[in-house]
Amino acid sequence: MKNHLSRFSGAIGLVILILVWTGSAFALSDAYKNNIYSPGLLKPVDSVLKVKVGGPAPDFTLPAVNGKRVSLSQFRGKKNVVLSFVPAAWTPVCSDQWPGYNMIQDIFDDHDAVLLGITVDNIPTLYSWTNQMGQLWFPVLSDFWPHGKVARTYGILRSDGVAERALFVIDKKGIIRYIDVHNINQRPPLEALVDELDKLR
Amino acid sequence: MKKIVILSIVSVLLALWTGTLAAAPPKVGGPLSDITLSAPKDSGDKDYLGWGWGNSFKIPEIKAPYVLIEIFSMYCPYCQGEAPNVNKLYAKIQANPKLKDKIRLIGIGVGNTAFEVNTFRTRYKIPFPLFPDADYVIHKQVGEVRTPYFIGVKINADGTTRILYSQLGVLGDVDQFLTQFTSLTDLK
Repeated sequence: MKNHLSRFSGAIGLVILILVWTGSAFALSDAYKNNIYSPGLLKPVDSVLKVKVGGPAPDFTLPAVNGKRVSLSQFRGKKNVVLSFVPAAWTPVCSDQWPGYNMIQDIFDDHDAVLLGITVDNIPTLYSWTNQMGQLWFPVLSDFWPHGKVARTYGILRSDGVAERALFVIDKKGIIRYIDVHNINQRPPLEALVDELDKLR
Repeated sequence: MKKIVILSIVSVLLALWTGTLAAAPPKVGGPLSDITLSAPKDSGDKDYLGWGWGNSFKIPEIKAPYVLIEIFSMYCPYCQGEAPNVNKLYAKIQANPKLKDKIRLIGIGVGNTAFEVNTFRTRYKIPFPLFPDADYVIHKQVGEVRTPYFIGVKINADGTTRILYSQLGVLGDVDQFLTQFTSLTDLK
C-alpha cells in the first residue's frame, strides 16, 4: 500500500513538473514560430570543468558558418574574447541568447572584446538556425567534428553530447578571467557578463 | 481510507499545478489582468504616465483613457526589428493633438532584467517607458503570449479595463495601425 502510494504520488509529481516546465517561456520571439524543440527540464550542469580562472585558455580552430576558420590564438595580444557556448540549435534558451548579444556589439567594442558563439551542431544546422536571428555580427563556430572536441577540452561537454550553456571571458594574454557554466535551463543575465567585461579595463 | 489519501494527494497536486498555470491570452472585450508594475525612476516617464503613486502601480492608474502595451523581449529578433516602428507610432501619437494626452504607450520586457530592458531602451532610443518582467510574472498573467504582442486597453472612469486590441506580431504600417486602433476608441 505504501509502495503504491509513493509510486503514484511520484508519478503525479513528475507529470506536474513536466506540465509546469512546458509553460516555461524562452524563445518566445515570433521569429521562430513553432520551430523550437523543447527538450524539457534538464539537469542544470552535467560536466566537470577542465579549465580554471587564472589559467590559460586552450587554443582551438573551428569552422565558422561564414565559411572561414577561426582560431582563439588569432586574437592573442589584440582582443579580449568572450566564448559563448550554447547547448543546441533550435532549442528554447539558446535561441534567445545570441539575438540579445547581437544587439549589443557596441558593448563588446567598448571593451575591446570579440564574441565567438559555439555549439556542437554542424554548419548547415547552424546556418539555418542563425538565419532566424537576423544578421549576426559575431562568428558562429561549429564544434561538431570531432564531436564536441573543444567543449570536451574545456570540460563542458555534457553526457548527452551537447555543450553546457557556458561563458568564458579570456583576456588579451589568453588567460581565462571569468567562467560561468550556467544552469542550462536558464539564460545568463546580461549584466553579469558586462560586469566581467568592465573588470578587464 | 486508501481512496481518501489518494484523492487528497491528487487534490493538493492539482491545486499546486493550476496555481502555476498561465492565464488565457488577452481577449478583446474582456478585462486586462491585474498587472502590477514597479515605479519608473525616470522623471520623464513619471510625467508621461501621470505619476501620483508609490513604489508600484497598476495599469488603470495611468492617467489616460487608453493604454497600448507592447509585450516584448530584448532577446527577440522581431522585437528588435520592430523597435523603430513602435518609436514611430509613439511620435505619431504625440504629434496628434487629439491623441497626445489620450493614449499612453508602455513596453513590458518579459524575462528581461531591469538592466536588459534599459539596454534595449538605450540601443533603440525608446522614448516611452519600459518595464522589466524578469521572473515572467506578468507574462503568465497575459497568457504567455509570443513576442512582440500588442494589447490595447480602455481604462474606464471606475478603474475597470476593457481590452480593445490584442494581436501577436509586428504593427505593420503605423498610420494604418493608428487608424485601426482609434476606430476602436472614442477618439475617432
